[in-house]
Amino acid sequence: MADEVILLDFWPSMFGMRTRIALEEKNVKFDYREQDLWNKSPILLEMNPVHNKIPVLIHNGKPVCESLIQVEYIDEVWPGVNPLLPSDPYQRAQAKFWGDYIDKKVYASARLTWGAKGEEQEAGKKEFIEILKTLESKLGDKIYFGGETFGYVDIALIGFYSWFEAYEKFGNFSIEAECPKLIAWGKRCAERESVAKSLPDSEKIIKFVPELKKRFGIE
Amino acid sequence: MNQEEQVTVLGLWGSPFSKRVEMVLKLKGIPYEYNEEDVYGNKSPMLLKYNPIHKKDPVLVHNGRSIAESLVIVEYIEDTWKTSQTILPQDPYERAMARFWAKHVDEKVMVAMWKACWGPKSEREKETKEAYEGLKYLEKELGDRHFFGGETIGFVDIAADFIGYWLGIVQEASGVTIMTAEEFPNLQRRSKDFIGNDFIKEVLPPKQKIAALLKAQFGSVTSKLNVIKV
Repeated sequence: MADEVILLDFWPSMFGMRTRIALEEKNVKFDYREQDLWNKSPILLEMNPVHNKIPVLIHNGKPVCESLIQVEYIDEVWPGVNPLLPSDPYQRAQAKFWGDYIDKKVYASARLTWGAKGEEQEAGKKEFIEILKTLESKLGDKIYFGGETFGYVDIALIGFYSWFEAYEKFGNFSIEAECPKLIAWGKRCAERESVAKSLPDSEKIIKFVPELKKRFGIE
Repeated sequence: MNQEEQVTVLGLWGSPFSKRVEMVLKLKGIPYEYNEEDVYGNKSPMLLKYNPIHKKDPVLVHNGRSIAESLVIVEYIEDTWKTSQTILPQDPYERAMARFWAKHVDEKVMVAMWKACWGPKSEREKETKEAYEGLKYLEKELGDRHFFGGETIGFVDIAADFIGYWLGIVQEASGVTIMTAEEFPNLQRRSKDFIGNDFIKEVLPPKQKIAALLKAQFGSVTSKLNVIKV
């Protein structure tokens, strides 16, 4: 019996992008279903009753929630192609530590770069750059965070890369000036087919931000 | 034992996060050295060396290398020492579910519970509701099983160590009661079995000591919301 894989997602979500990329890396065919987050569908509410959030991965009728948990699940279910996590326990723990770091730190400060004003925005920008610099020093001179192969930590962060130009525009700052190695890494990842298929154009995100601000009641 | 193989835990005596690591090491019969860290006061050079990013407990040092973040450490222990006592299931879907519920405990229940008791007064009602709802989901998920891990203590049980032991102490110290036996019979039963386990018992910090610490740090704040009815 063929696997039935459905992804409930929202095109600009840097979290949804992680799951898209993981599925593409594994050459898994999936049914992508765009969700309206301001008018949540019955299937979304049913499949993620606790959080009502995307992305939701539905594999043969069973839902898996939380993007990094989905990435790990995908790696475990389809182990043959393109391993996403290292097999060595210590390396795997390091990857998960950094995935957790990205989850805890990046989104909150990034949001302030376009979602806040004045002092709050400046503080957000400063913190965001500091976090990126920490990640950049973790990357070092490696091709990817895991070394030679594209994997979990790259997947955890790359969705944010599609938002970088929007952060720069609305925050009025340059990420490349502060973190050139990270930008170079982003460009390298974007050349991968799985990433190219999964990330929206920066332009589209830039056009989306004012709409998002309106939805959240931010001027 | 080979110096390299030595396992060291840098921990905080009262912290449920630190204890998660010790609980798993005990359950799996892995000997370790424990170093108490003064996280809120003087952070030791060892802590700063082994957890430069967060500078927090717990940290596991093994073979001279360090791992931080309690649940990452628990999975590392599980991956490194293949013992008969397993913490995570084998099936990928069950593993994903265990990780989901562990994250739920960490991010929804513990945070909300803390804020409900000690957070800014204006937020307490909202946080109490959130903690209550978070606990309700866990109550339902547990059902009539012994533990979240089934017959034996599993990943979610370890993540929910706070609920099993600290929660009662926090409720008493703060005067905020969210988890009652009437509304949460499954979780209450699990708590009893959890702290009754010989290995878990060994690492639990003394109740009076925790209560005294909480009262000293936060004062005895009694909330008007004594028992929440949502």
